[in-house]
Amino acid sequence: MSDKKQIKKEQIIQSALELFASKGFYNTTIPDIATSLKMSVGNMYNYFKSKDILAKEIIKHISIYLGKQLREINEQDISTKEKTRKIIEVYFKTASLKPEMIDYFLRIYLSTREVFKDGCEGMICINEFVTEIMIYFEEGVKCGDLREQDFFSAFGLFMGYLGGMVFLKGENILPKDLDDYIDDITFNIYKALSVE
Amino acid sequence: MKMRVLWLSAIACNGNTHSFLNYPYIEQFLNDFEFIYHQVIDSAYSLEDIVLNQIPCDILLIEGAISREFQRADVSVIEIIESYSKIVQKIVTVGTCATFGGIFRESDYENTSGLHFNQEKSLGNFQDILDKTVSLSGCPVHPEVLVNTLYAIKKSVNLKLDNFLRPKEFYAYTVHNGCTRNEYFEYKVDNHKFGELEGCMYYDHGCQAPYTHASCNKILWNEVNSKTRAGLPCMGCTEPKFPKQNLFETKKNMGIPEYLPVGVGKRTYLTLAGITKAFNIQRLQKKLFDD
Repeated sequence: MSDKKQIKKEQIIQSALELFASKGFYNTTIPDIATSLKMSVGNMYNYFKSKDILAKEIIKHISIYLGKQLREINEQDISTKEKTRKIIEVYFKTASLKPEMIDYFLRIYLSTREVFKDGCEGMICINEFVTEIMIYFEEGVKCGDLREQDFFSAFGLFMGYLGGMVFLKGENILPKDLDDYIDDITFNIYKALSVE
Repeated sequence: MKMRVLWLSAIACNGNTHSFLNYPYIEQFLNDFEFIYHQVIDSAYSLEDIVLNQIPCDILLIEGAISREFQRADVSVIEIIESYSKIVQKIVTVGTCATFGGIFRESDYENTSGLHFNQEKSLGNFQDILDKTVSLSGCPVHPEVLVNTLYAIKKSVNLKLDNFLRPKEFYAYTVHNGCTRNEYFEYKVDNHKFGELEGCMYYDHGCQAPYTHASCNKILWNEVNSKTRAGLPCMGCTEPKFPKQNLFETKKNMGIPEYLPVGVGKRTYLTLAGITKAFNIQRLQKKLFDD
């Protein structure tokens, strides 16, 4: 794919993300997205054949974005506790700089399963992100910091906690900024997962 | 002309001997090779004759782990090896103990190891005979691997060896190669019960086939079977670190196997695993015959 086409594709993904976040997935149409980019609807279909395909591409895009940042953390020579903190920081930073991304993940990907049932089975579309979380856990256990347990009990604890906090923030229920909770959340997650 | 072979047993359980005695064409073999000494096969000389003299022979076979303290007929096994290694064409370490130290590495004898290796570590001694040595690891060694190596030596075949001096002809493969359960491996199905046909044993039951160098599923045991075909995990008996502990359990870190298939990186493995786990193949979830 040419660079120009790739850039256009990313622009569509970004606009769609923002529209889905503000108007909701079902209330947003392909013509809405085309209008926001000053593109013709016909041209839009050159990039994405349907809204469902676009929806899957968006979740892959988010997974790649987060996975890349987590990989940088995994590749650092730091303790598991420090990695835990950095992962939380990256997640909250994304939630404040690109709220539409986390919002899409929580409100559309996790709750509109029928859109993702073909082509995004299991963890296929969020593979980059999940792989890095797996590596964080695996290396933590290997070096003796984290307790061996089933992956999903650890994954649910970690991501459920972070997702819950971002959700509370989005609903304007949290009295403080997300960053103000990083110390306590790091302590809680690490304590819950560690061998001690 | 028969080749003359000395089978020297060091710190051993005779497992390789038992395996060798199950070789189906042993009569033919004994037409082509003669044991000047073997502890359970009639041979021309006694152990005393062997250790006190230097009886002419062509191949020295060493079974069992080696320690300077260990003696046969009151002579250090090291001295016997030193004496015979000078006159033979080839030295063959028979089995994992003689090659890497194996289970007898844990014995009471001091500094017990294989001839050239202490597990993966290369030893400095016996450097002068390094070029003459062929390693045949296995607990026990497959009789066809032993016999075919001896025939290769007899026919002066130039054997290509791996880093542990093992013939690539037999050890370049992994036990995974030829495993009848590969489809279960590919789709991450481990619904295995010991002795049953179904399921891959790598994910939960300790099977080491994807990272064990041997031909067990290519050259079958007793010409009919292998551990994995019979429903038992590969225990990695040809590898330097054999025996590991908990052989029926896959060592995992947060659900991820600690030992991955040869040459597969962790990220690649997890990416593939994430995709294949999404499949739900009914045919692989149920019994093959009586459903």
